[in-house]
Amino acid sequence: MAMANPLLQVRNLVVEFPTRRGTLTAVDDISFDIAEGEVLGVVGESGAGKSMTGAAVIGLLEPPGRIASGEVLLEGRRIDNLPYEKMRRIRGKEIGAIFQDPLTSLNPLYSIGRQLTETIMTHTDMTPTQARARAVELLAEVGIPAPERRVDQYPHQFSGGMRQRVVIALALCVNPRLIIADEPTTALDVSIQAQIIALLKRLCREHGTAVMLVTHDMGVIAETADRVAVMYAGRIAEIGPVREVIKNAKHPYTHGLMGSIPAIGHDADRLEQIPGSMPRLTDIPPGCAFNPRCLHAFDRCRRDRPELIAVDDGQVSCWLYDTAAGRTTAEAKAIVASRSGTAMERADG
Amino acid sequence: MADAHTSAPGLLDPLRRFLDGDVWASFKRSPVTVGAAAVTLLYFLAAAFGPWVAPHDPFDLAKLDLLDSLIPPAWMADGDPRFLLGTDDQGRDMLSAIIYGSRVSLLIGFASVLLSMVLGIALGLLSGFVGGAVDAFIMRMAEIQLSFPAILVALLINGVVIGYFKTHPEWQVDQVTLAYVVLVLSIGLSNWVQYARTVRGSTLVERGKEYVQAAHVIGIHPAKIMLRHILPNVMGPVLVIATIQLALAVIAEATLSFLGVGVPPTEPSLGTLIRVGNDYLFSGEWWITIFPGAALAILVLAVNLLGDWLRDALNPKLR
Amino acid sequence: MAEAAKIHDPAASGTVLKVAGLKRYFDVSAPWLNRVLERQPRQILKAVDGIDLEIARGETFGLVGESGCGKSTVARLIVGLHGPTAGSIELEGRNIAGLSRKQMAPVRRRLQMIFQDPYASLNPRWRVRDIVAEPIRAFGLASDKAAVERRVGELLEQVRLNPRDGEKFPHEFSGGQRQRISIARALASNPEFLVCDEPTSALDVSVQAQILNLMRDLQRDLGLTYLFISHNLAVVYHISNRVGVMYLGKMVEQAPSRTLFTTPRHPYTRLLLDTIPDLDMTGRERTPVGGEVPNPINPPTGCSFHPRCPFANERCRVESPRALAMPGNATVACHGVEEGRVPEEPVLAAPAVPEGLGGSVHDG
Repeated sequence: MAMANPLLQVRNLVVEFPTRRGTLTAVDDISFDIAEGEVLGVVGESGAGKSMTGAAVIGLLEPPGRIASGEVLLEGRRIDNLPYEKMRRIRGKEIGAIFQDPLTSLNPLYSIGRQLTETIMTHTDMTPTQARARAVELLAEVGIPAPERRVDQYPHQFSGGMRQRVVIALALCVNPRLIIADEPTTALDVSIQAQIIALLKRLCREHGTAVMLVTHDMGVIAETADRVAVMYAGRIAEIGPVREVIKNAKHPYTHGLMGSIPAIGHDADRLEQIPGSMPRLTDIPPGCAFNPRCLHAFDRCRRDRPELIAVDDGQVSCWLYDTAAGRTTAEAKAIVASRSGTAMERADG
Repeated sequence: MADAHTSAPGLLDPLRRFLDGDVWASFKRSPVTVGAAAVTLLYFLAAAFGPWVAPHDPFDLAKLDLLDSLIPPAWMADGDPRFLLGTDDQGRDMLSAIIYGSRVSLLIGFASVLLSMVLGIALGLLSGFVGGAVDAFIMRMAEIQLSFPAILVALLINGVVIGYFKTHPEWQVDQVTLAYVVLVLSIGLSNWVQYARTVRGSTLVERGKEYVQAAHVIGIHPAKIMLRHILPNVMGPVLVIATIQLALAVIAEATLSFLGVGVPPTEPSLGTLIRVGNDYLFSGEWWITIFPGAALAILVLAVNLLGDWLRDALNPKLR
Repeated sequence: MAEAAKIHDPAASGTVLKVAGLKRYFDVSAPWLNRVLERQPRQILKAVDGIDLEIARGETFGLVGESGCGKSTVARLIVGLHGPTAGSIELEGRNIAGLSRKQMAPVRRRLQMIFQDPYASLNPRWRVRDIVAEPIRAFGLASDKAAVERRVGELLEQVRLNPRDGEKFPHEFSGGQRQRISIARALASNPEFLVCDEPTSALDVSVQAQILNLMRDLQRDLGLTYLFISHNLAVVYHISNRVGVMYLGKMVEQAPSRTLFTTPRHPYTRLLLDTIPDLDMTGRERTPVGGEVPNPINPPTGCSFHPRCPFANERCRVESPRALAMPGNATVACHGVEEGRVPEEPVLAAPAVPEGLGGSVHDG
């Protein structure tokens, strides 16, 4: 799936963590693109490396984590090897960030107006008066009632949902081309969550901002993303249009994951369950990382690591789809869909 | 639940996990800490085996010879190879006196740390777990005590305890034992606050955790929950404090002895040695006070370094 | 949902738990001195403000609501971690509200709890075998050491763990395995009734599926009754026979699971159902209901939902609605429904479409 002019290109990104017990590979050779104005969902369970990928793109990996190899390109320019100062400028101006806990993104000692104007003035040449007017405008845009009054209030005077709106305003301050949103709705109540998702979607459409939406919540992805990358044990299992991935999952892991989500209106005695649990980074099996839990694994899966294979509009890293094996895509899909689910009752781990 | 099988968790496991985990690794990584540990160990061994390792018995009056008095350290012109660090006015070997003195200092230090630890943990646990009026009372007491310098409190307790034993001759304690007991009580009782406050804080955190609630749901007696569930989980910071407090207790003992309310000169601690030697500082016999002073400083430094490292090693945020 | 489990005749098997007029107020006032100096009144948080519910044997009652609605307080009241301010809690016909620890002792064995956070619910310094054995020893359920050990092994197998895992410490397990240990401990005293407070909220979806399946199996094998508390509507739909929706300490609606999810009556229930992200929403602009959950210390007058309710009128602003019995074994506390102001509209057209993707969302 080569894009004509991708905004962000991630090429063979590897993120490592040196520890006392050896180097752990948290993100293991992943590649993806994000087009202008596109919302790419990155979904996975805890430890899949999704947040690490986001942090690597934006240059905010926490030491001792480091990009071991690979490239991150923003509009064709490499940004993974920039010095701190340059990267900081890009972070403010071209890439915005929204994190799970809005409280940690806001300085409790400054009024939100001051935080907004400061960011605006750092990256544009507006006067303080202009910047303040822009701050009020932004607050209104993210749906904060009475922005003229609230602009002078402090973060603790806002509720969780309102704080997240402020953080979104802060990320949008200077019209970035790309926003990295890491679990932006996870800390919020369900009814507030829906509001934030709707807001994010609307703003991105209006401003043409691309979003890399990192979350564990399939529901949020389904509703927000254009394309989705499913991560497993530091690798991309499957990437493709959101509807395709959710309704017509190709990778056995994605297929199992979808089946394990309870759904309203879907009456089943038992949920489909994937046996076992995601391997710890210290003992990722050889070959396909999913092979010990996979119902359809064969010899090759235990030996060789699958690369992303283009299937329909997306890509999937699964040997079932290897055309050299003489199997058609339809046959492979049928195999994945045919999970019996019997005799697989086992404890996770 | 009295069988040995069940009482094991909480007692041995911290040690096992200590050796197994990151703490031990961080110990091995830090040469300063290893050095400090070696020095501390040396002191402990010297203290424990004092009578066997010391070249002389400085308190055996029969063996003291006034002719040996005020000999400078061995490497100086008038030095005597028998007395490496010289002798004092009564002809006692300084090296031996320091070894015996460390013994006294460490003994009192350990005993008083143990006392303040037990007291502090008990009060802190009670305060945090029971809450309400009990908590308020204990914490106000702590604050009152904190508003005075610890050494002042120690002096006060010292006076009270000495007064008590003087008016109660039926206890029949000899001079030296009395001095020890008084020191341990005064240092121990003046240092419980820090333990209590730390333990109370951790207890408040642990008390709200779900494993404690689970024990309540099972119907475990609150006292048992306090001892078997909460206590093992609040001990980490206590160990750190205890290490640092050991250094402070040794200093407090030295201070009290220096002030003359501590150990009698017949069985001197490091502090007593420093005080006695102080009189000779200006007459040129510097070694009588400098060596015990250096010995004290090195001991305190080593223990403090250990304590600092332990604090950082047990702090998950710094790991 | 298993039809067999769904269609359960409560009359035949009897009521296990009956809660009536349950209230729990917390005094969250500033300290006395501050109150006097700053002339502040006492502040009372009505965490639970008059809840009625009834759970039949072998049934799962789901309790949903957003953070701060009081659902976890209900759980803690039932297991006796809090004493109620008012109201009764009857377990198998016996009122256990406000009993002392000693009086509660015979009841505790039949009533256990599973907690939300698998990392906080197990004492990190205890071996798994001691954690699971604690209730066995506390209730004197095994005669000697070997019997305790045997029972612990049995329990670990029951939750699909290896009996040898008993030797390990909690930190050696994943979140899902820890939750299994937590379940094993809850089962150790052979309880009949389990209060499950968000048991899967801290887990990944695939692990959540394993735990939900396990709970289903255990319910079937051991005849357990669950009170299942969650903010995740899809999970509640999956596991529950009957569902209650709470808002600011009050029960706004209660109905059999399918009824509640296909024909929600209370406007708040409708709002909640509308917020579940679902696949058909892709590309469609949704109009989320505005507003946020008000501060429970100063809840709105009348019906506490009225500031967010599109159907609210003057009566809603003054008068607090009472639970109204509705056809189909449901109750709803809404003036609008009573007066017919709230139009009836089924949310899901056909109940058997596997479309809705449950938001596996965490609240506050």
